Amino acid sequence: MKLNKKVLALLVLGGLSVSGNSMAGTPSALDLANTCAGCHGVDGSSNGPAIPSIAGVSPDYFKDAMMDYKDADGRYSTIMARIAKGYTEEEIGLMAGYFSKQKMVPADQKFDATQAKAGAKLHKKYCEKCHEDGGKSAEDDAGVLAGQWTAYLHYTMDDFTNGRRDMPKKMKKKVQKLQKKDAKGMEKLLNYYGSQK
Amino acid sequence: MSGISRRNFIQITGGAAAVSTLGVSNILLAGKSAGHVVIVGGGIGGATAARYIKRADPAVQVTIVEPNKDYYTCFMSNEVLSGHRTLDSIKFGYKNLESMGVKIVQDYASNIDAGKKHVVTKKSGNIAYDRCIVSPGVDFKWEMIEGLDAKVAAEKIPHAWKAGPQTALMRKQLEAMKDGGTVIIAPPPNPFRCPPGPYERACQVADYLKNHKPKSKVLILDAKDKFSKQGLFMQGWKKHYGYGTDNSLIEWVKGAEGGIIEGVDAKTNTVTGSVDEYKGDVVNIIPAQKAGKIAFTAGLVNDKGWCPVNQQTFESTKHKDVYVIGDSSVASPLPKSGYSANSEAKVCAAAVVASLQGKDPAIPTLVNTCYSVLAPGDGISVAMVYNFDGKKIQKVKGSGGLTPMDSSPAMRAREEQYAHSWFRNITADVFGG
Ligand SMILES: Cc1cc2nc3c(=O)[nH]c(=O)nc-3n(C[C@H](O)[C@H](O)[C@H](O)COP(=O)(O)OP(=O)(O)OC[C@H]3O[C@@H](n4cnc5c(N)ncnc54)[C@H](O)[C@@H]3O)c2cc1C
Ligand code: HEC
Ligand code: HEC
Repeated sequence: MKLNKKVLALLVLGGLSVSGNSMAGTPSALDLANTCAGCHGVDGSSNGPAIPSIAGVSPDYFKDAMMDYKDADGRYSTIMARIAKGYTEEEIGLMAGYFSKQKMVPADQKFDATQAKAGAKLHKKYCEKCHEDGGKSAEDDAGVLAGQWTAYLHYTMDDFTNGRRDMPKKMKKKVQKLQKKDAKGMEKLLNYYGSQK
Repeated sequence: MSGISRRNFIQITGGAAAVSTLGVSNILLAGKSAGHVVIVGGGIGGATAARYIKRADPAVQVTIVEPNKDYYTCFMSNEVLSGHRTLDSIKFGYKNLESMGVKIVQDYASNIDAGKKHVVTKKSGNIAYDRCIVSPGVDFKWEMIEGLDAKVAAEKIPHAWKAGPQTALMRKQLEAMKDGGTVIIAPPPNPFRCPPGPYERACQVADYLKNHKPKSKVLILDAKDKFSKQGLFMQGWKKHYGYGTDNSLIEWVKGAEGGIIEGVDAKTNTVTGSVDEYKGDVVNIIPAQKAGKIAFTAGLVNDKGWCPVNQQTFESTKHKDVYVIGDSSVASPLPKSGYSANSEAKVCAAAVVASLQGKDPAIPTLVNTCYSVLAPGDGISVAMVYNFDGKKIQKVKGSGGLTPMDSSPAMRAREEQYAHSWFRNITADVFGG
């Protein structure tokens, strides 16, 4: 096996990385992303019932999520903090590029059609501003809600409302307004996102 | 399952994405003779390698030699023992691999001739290869337990450490057992496939007993003095199964205190330990392990009975152009697990494709995770990220570790849901669909 110049150069660069190990270089975006498939599904589209799909999110949202997981006081997780700490910012950037280019396959899951219909209206009123196109758009850097696994969205909303994850201030206002108006509103919204194909 | 059309869709989009990310060079290369890779063993490592070679370069011919028509995953097989899932739910076929162009030869590989570069099969003659990937899983050191051999295990004292008929046999024995019976589980010494597996099994069996035969118990006769995720397991045993109390459903005897077993009498279900004799109603001995048989015949093993490899590529250090992945390989610090085998297979597939294209191997990156389900609604995990220091695979400092001991019941319920998600995603990643 040849340790060529490029690898040696990368060795030096690797020494400067924040991971604390001496590394032989940076793996490719594809090779990095492939290691996530066992949990997140092939190319980031999860078969559920709870691990989220990560295909098709914006690079900024992806990077923020991973950096937040790495941060000791950052975003709560059951396991992602332990995983995210394994990657340098450069590697996270590479994966952000890869996953943002994948097409998210919407979750094939049960939902209540009546609730979903009511949820569509609530979405327009309370959420569409930052989760455009019915929650399908990634361009708001706010994740992709439409077609995401409902169980995961439940967990995430629970984290937001219980302070385990920082909720954007303006979103918090809307969520509180919604909850005052309609105690079952969130359930309807999640049925709406779960209904989208 | 409702997911079939969706799974096909993933496969189609997955393929398209692979082509678009790899760019034009592969499409041009596809015209040339891209080479033939023969894979021995269509389990977790072998099937993953096949899929990822095809994803990277569809022009490479891939043949899998595998004696069984279907594969039963070991992971989640403990939930078959408790009755929480069916054997059918852990069964996977090779149709999706075939539709990707992978050739399946249903046969047993009896040798590999690394000089002539062919795999010798039982019924299908010799199969020539440019590169050979070997992922045969583990074999057992029967000789370490008197009275135990493959036949006794298949008929009476199942190890159920390869899922399938023995999983079904052990489930049947559990169902037939009277209330008040003893289930002996005897975990092997290190190193072995799935370090937390025997202790998850104890949980799943205890869960069945708790609900159906509450006067019975699980007796773990361990060859070791400590084990994987021990603190979390014992905490879970206390919580769910009364561990430490007089009517505990689980008792653990460590090696130093007589847990090491030396023999078994299959007629009377009596296990002989170094100190005492134990009688069980169901006896599950998981024998000590070594690399799969073919690794020995083909001269791929070291003096400890495992296959040393170049950890950048998983090429054997014994034979050129032969690669060993999964449980059989020396991939430490990675444990012998399904997630490891899957991750190693991807590194190996990329290295094999690079080598066929005359390119240098890439910098490897790997992950391992093992979920264990302690009871319905209670899951725990261990995880680690690995990188490459130029010579060998190393743990990335600061990454990985266990579920914290103080994680709340709500978070443990999430982990159980995530464990089942992991199962669905990894099996789709390995077998397609
Ligand atoms: C009870 C239990 C629970 C587990 N739980 C988990 C878990 O939760 N998470 C996890 O990551 N891992 C788990 N594992 C471990 C995981 O199943 C193994 O580590 C994984 O299967 C290893 O993959 P492999 O490719 O090396 O071997 P295998 O998957 O066993 O595949 C080997 C294949 O090779 C074939 N074969 C063997 N010899 C030949 C030959 N000569 N010619 C042709 N074919 C041959 C076999 O038929 C088999 O299909 C568990 C294991 C057990 C027993
Ligand atoms: C062991 C399974 C597992 C592995 C491996 C894993 N993840 Fe995760 N991931 C999860 C789970 C579970 C969550 C939900 C948060 C939690 O509880 O950890 C999650 C959440 C995420 C999220 C947040 C999604 C959102 O919508 O905000 C991102 C981004 C992510 N993972 C990226 C990755 C990447 C990139 C990798 C590979 C380097 C990876 N994950 C590997 C299980 C896993
Ligand atoms: C003012 C803009 C704004 C509004 C309004 C808003 N959100 Fe958000 N939302 C965000 C941003 C920004 C994020 C990403 C936060 C982060 O990076 O942690 C987000 C994240 C989320 C997530 C997490 C996604 C994931 O994959 O983990 C959910 C769920 C969510 N929002 C639901 C809602 C719902 C439901 C509403 C309406 C009641 C709503 N949001 C209204 C800005 C908004």
